[in-house]
Formats: sequence, structure tokens, C-alpha cells
Amino acid sequence: MKHLLGLEHSTRDEIFSYIENTKTFVEVSTRELKKVPSLRGKTIINLFLEPSTRTRASFEIAGKRLSADVINVGSSDSSTQKGETLLDTARTLQAMTPDALVIRHKESRAAHFLAKWLKNTAIINGGDGMNEHPTQALLDLATLNSYFEEAHRSLTGLKIAIVGDILHSRVARSNVWAHTLLGNQVTLIGPESLVPDQLLGKNCFGAPRLNGLVKIERSLKAGLKDADVVMVLRMQLERQSEFFVPSLQEYTDNFCVSEDILKEVAPRCVVLHPGPVNRGLEITSQVVDGPRSLVERQVNFGVALRMAVLFNVITHREQHFSLGASL
Amino acid sequence: MNSSLLLSGGHLVDPSLGVDEKRDLLIEDGLVREITQPGAIKAHRGVELFDASGLLVTPGLIDLHVHLREPGEEWKETIRSGCDAALAGGYTTICAMPNTKPVNDNQNVTRFIMERTAQINGVRVVPIGAVSKALQGKEMAPLSELYLAGCRAFSDDGEPVWHSGLLRRALEWAKLLDVPIACHEEDKHLSCAGCMNEGDLSLRLGLKGMPAVAEEAMIARDIEIARSVKGKIHICHVSTARGVELIRRAKNDGVLITCEVTPHHLVLTEEAVLNYDTNAKMSPPLRKLEDCEALLAGLSDGTIDAIASDHAPHHLDNKQIEFSKASFGILGLQTNMPITFDLVARGKLSRQQAVAALSTMPAKSFKLEGGSLARGKVADITLIDPKRRWSFNQEINRSLSLNSPFFGREYSAQVLGVIISGSVKYDLDRRYALFSDKKGEDAGAA
Repeated sequence: MKHLLGLEHSTRDEIFSYIENTKTFVEVSTRELKKVPSLRGKTIINLFLEPSTRTRASFEIAGKRLSADVINVGSSDSSTQKGETLLDTARTLQAMTPDALVIRHKESRAAHFLAKWLKNTAIINGGDGMNEHPTQALLDLATLNSYFEEAHRSLTGLKIAIVGDILHSRVARSNVWAHTLLGNQVTLIGPESLVPDQLLGKNCFGAPRLNGLVKIERSLKAGLKDADVVMVLRMQLERQSEFFVPSLQEYTDNFCVSEDILKEVAPRCVVLHPGPVNRGLEITSQVVDGPRSLVERQVNFGVALRMAVLFNVITHREQHFSLGASL
Repeated sequence: MNSSLLLSGGHLVDPSLGVDEKRDLLIEDGLVREITQPGAIKAHRGVELFDASGLLVTPGLIDLHVHLREPGEEWKETIRSGCDAALAGGYTTICAMPNTKPVNDNQNVTRFIMERTAQINGVRVVPIGAVSKALQGKEMAPLSELYLAGCRAFSDDGEPVWHSGLLRRALEWAKLLDVPIACHEEDKHLSCAGCMNEGDLSLRLGLKGMPAVAEEAMIARDIEIARSVKGKIHICHVSTARGVELIRRAKNDGVLITCEVTPHHLVLTEEAVLNYDTNAKMSPPLRKLEDCEALLAGLSDGTIDAIASDHAPHHLDNKQIEFSKASFGILGLQTNMPITFDLVARGKLSRQQAVAALSTMPAKSFKLEGGSLARGKVADITLIDPKRRWSFNQEINRSLSLNSPFFGREYSAQVLGVIISGSVKYDLDRRYALFSDKKGEDAGAA
């Protein structure tokens, strides 16, 4: 059974295959009739047990544009509300013989947990706790790839800066695994409470196979210096009550990414944000809405990337998918 | 009443006597009557015999930290099943933590446990009473009432004694009874809902961590409280290098402190969490290799007194779920001795140290009967074959629960017999017989 659980153990080829396939599906989304019959007769269940707008809508649209039957199950309408365990919910859904199950859950490795117990269903990780969000990182890469192709640059040898709450971020983890695999340098920026030094331990991003590509900077300016890509993470509003920051204003004073700073230290960079954005908290509106922002392109590529993932996982295809041949 | 039992051909390991040599033991009326050179006592008609040749003869094993789950959660473990597991694991005495439902915070619960125990298999169950009512850290439990009913230590295990003032007063009262307070050391503001050791691995896996300092800060606090009132304190399941160092210093300073370590903290590291096995989830969590090494060093130099199982049965329903929701803890009664003797086989501990940590020192820590086979002492004895390969599996398991990461593991030491108060309670190889002039005519084994 083919799953997409995370990028920690993925390969360059897999990542590039997803990026290549995404290009094909981006084209489908520009058509007058945005639909291909590739997954006709296939059933996809989106089991989203944590609030989500874009990922859930994106997976749903992706499945529908591939002509699959897509069913959404959310936390408020699922039996987990009635005390059913995650495993029982998943077993029940499996008995309805879906071809793929997309799971979003607040528990780290919930997707791995289901993949271990459900033998007959392809599992796609739609974000698991603080662990990974592989489709987000892949769509970030597909977005960057399209941008750098236009600029006649490649997706390797880049300087990536990730700013904010790395500790709790599954998006950051998936991106670090993927970017280091591509040979990009990654600088993690934030206060020690949100970017602990132990992230560089040998059991984490200091592992030999990452070749020392990851480092930590406490100063926003120093960390952003000469970055090609700046990824800004969402600052979760509840973090101040857990003492991770003295107050949200303190966070903003020290780590809000503004156009002035970018102009000064990384004038050529582009900016990504996985959303939802807290404008004025972790990033200014001037940056989000400005020319270096790829935020909308991320959403656009999000649908195409998820089409590629659903197609790959359900049809077990690893290689570049040619639309013409398949139709 | 027992007549006499001759334990012949065995190799006595008794740290209280400093003996690690072949010895025969004669037991009369439940007590050790004589320790002699091999063959010095000739069997005669009417004497019971236990052929201990090839076996280690040790004072009965004593576990300071067991959760029996009865009353209240009998689907996980009962006093009966717990005692069965204890006997099969070589234990003659186990101390039962009070976090049952209801909590053992009054004499009714203590008496229930004592009465239930009396009808089982001879294993002595020593109840540990709660420090605070319902383990809530608000009102003190009736310590002397609990003592009179049979409790020989107090603990809020599972919870720290949150209220430092309450701990201070409880230590003062416990001095009257001359019993220790056993502390589960965890500052919950620091360990806040974590489910594994905090560090680079928890950061990689995206799991909430329980930092070492959550344990160490409480150990430091409790050492200072114990020092100031000259109370007797016992640190449960120490798991970090720094924790061992704090205890070492306190002992040097003359604080009345003892402590225990679990076998799993000695031989497993946090990496056991990697495959998401909820049987690698415990509190305190499995730590790093450096910590394992410091714990071993602490055992070797006597800083750590006892190896205790923290035997914590949980139903599969509480383990076959998401990691953060899974219950803390694993079984231990049947794997403690074999894991400890594996450390002996690997040269990490001497045989004397192993037996001291499994019997002599636990007895001293809680001032319990046993722990020594000196003349006149109670004849609680464990017989171990140090060279028999076996593997722990579900058939051998006597607990009602299955939460052990050690199923399928091979061990080189096996419990072959247990004698409690001079009577043979466990005899795997049927080595026990009434002496008869006709060779080979064995009367029934126990």
C-alpha cells in the first residue's frame, strides 16, 4: 500500500516527481472545464478531526477535479464526538472501502498510527499534530519551483529562512526535511522558547545526513540576511497563555517580518506563508500583499499538488505522469 | 507448622552476609536455622528437601513499587493476578501503591488489601498508604491509622506531593512511625502534558516532551524539605543523570534518603518511542543513553538502593490508542530479575550488587522483613537458574494485562523456585521432595 505520511524519509526523486506532476495539474485548473476523469470511480475520504479551511477545501477540490467521489468527515460530525476511538472511526471508514483516506489530526503521527492498523487503505497525512504536513511542504516546493524556473534558477543551493514557532510547526518540520534533501540551507529564526537549541541535536536536524545545513538564529535581521526564501509561520494566539512569549506584542516587536527589514537584508527574497495569516503579528500586510509574496500562488499550487498526490498514491504511480497518455 | 526443609547444593548470594559461595541451608519453622558448608547436614526421614544444585539461592526478592489495581480496576490486575506474577517473577514481598479506586487513604482499603492477600499464594503484600487524601495534595491522609492497618510507607505515586507544606508536615508525622515517604518526582508545570523525554528526539517526532528538569527540580525540593525536618524520604524511579547526582550528594550530606530505579530506565532509551510503541510511554519517560549509564553507575556505587518494577498494568484499550492519550507505564514483575541478571551477565553489575538491589536494600529502605538469610531470619528465598535461556511471552505472563515491551525478548536467568516463610510456593522444575530412603520416590511438589 502506498501512503504519504511524511517527508522525513522521502527521496529527491519522489519530491521532484510530485513537483513535475503538479505542473500538469496546474494546467487542468486553468481550463474552462476543470475536470479530468483520472480517478473516476475512486472514493476519497477526508477525515479532518482538527479545524482546517484551506487544506480540507484543497483536498476536496483536488479529488473532485480528478473525478473521484470525495466525502468529508469533520470532528463535529464524526463519532469521535461520541467517544469512538480514532482507530475504530478509521476502521469503520475503511470498511466502506475508500481508495484513500486523508487524515488531519492534532496527534503527532496519527497518520502513521492509521497506516499501521489499516492494511487496505492508502493514508495521506493532511497534518498530524506537531509532526509533519507533507502536502504543505510539497506545495511550497512546487510554488518555489515555478518561481525559480521563471527566474532561471534551480531549486537547490538556496538559502531558506523559516521564522516563528518552529517548536509547534508541522509545516516547518516537513519543509526542513525536504529542503535539506535538496541541498538548501535552512535558518530557523525565533526565540529559544519556540526554536529550542536541541532542534540541532543529532536526533533531530543535527543528524549527520543533514550535513549541517540547518542553523538557528535568534536575531531576525541576522537570520534573514541574504535569504532567497523567507517562510513565515503562523503565530498561534494561545502561545502567550502558555508562556512561550511574554505577549504577542513582544513577539511582534522582535520577530514580525516587515518590508523594511526585507529590503535591507534580503532584497531579492520571496515570501511564503502557509496560512492562515495573522496580519501585523508575524508579518505585515505590506509583505503579504506585496510583490515578493507567493501566498496566493501557494494556494493555487495547493490544489494541483494535492491532485498529484491523490493520483500518485491511489494509482501507485511514482513516475512523471503524462496527462495525454492517461486520458 | 513446618518441620524442616533442607536446601542443598545451591550457591548462596547474600549481600547482607557478604556470602557468594556454595552453601546448604536448613530451615526450621519458617526461619533460617543453619547455613553450612555443602553436604554438612545429612537428610533424614521427615526432612523436606529442595535440590538447589546449579541454582543461586538469594534472599527473597522485594519490589518496592507495584500497582495492583484492586480495588477498582480489576480488569487490569487483581491482587491475585499481581501476586501470581510476583511469585513467577521471584518476589516474596511486593509493595502496593495506593492509587487504586478508591485510593488507599484509609484503614478500610488497607485492611481489604491485607485480607485479600492472606488468601492467595503467600506473597507478602505491603500496602503503601496515600500521603494525601485521594492523592489530591490538599488534605493529609490519616498516616498513623494507615500504619496501624499495615502500611509501611506513604506515597502519592502517580502524582507528586504538590503541596510542599503538606509534604513537610507529612514527613514530620511519618517520623513518629519511622516510615519513609516515597515521592513521585515530577513538577507538572514543567512536564506539562508531555508524553516522552524532552530533547532533540521529541522535537523531531513532534511529541510534547517532559524535560529532565521536571524531575530534578522536584528531587532537589524534596531533598531540602527532608533535610530540614530530618524526615525519611524515598525517591521513586529516578531516571536522570542529574537526579542520581542530587541523591548522591544528599546521601553524602547525611539526608535520610533512599531511592529506586526501574529496569526499563536502566536498559531502554527514549529511542524505544521511535516506532510509536505505547509500551515505551512511561512517567518518568525513558531518557538518553547517558542517563542509563549514570543510573548504572549509581547502582554500582550504592547511590541507588533498589531496583523496583513500577509494575503498572494497563488494558490494551488504554495502550492501543494515540500516543498522547495512551496510559503511562508497563508490566515489570516477571522481567525485573531477568533484566537485572542480564546486566550481571554483561558485566555491568556484580551478582552481589544485583541481589542487594533486588532484595537486601529494598528491605532496608522500607524496613521490611526479609532481605537477609542470616541465621534466625525469616526464610524468604528465591532460587534462580542463572544460565537458563527462556523468553518472556504471553503464555508465561501472569498479569491480566499485556502492556510490556519485553515480550519476545530472551533472558538468561530464570526463577526456578520461591520459598516464603520456609514453605515452597513456586517450584518450576519440581525439585522439592519429602526425603525418602528410596531414591527417586518424590512426594508431591508444591
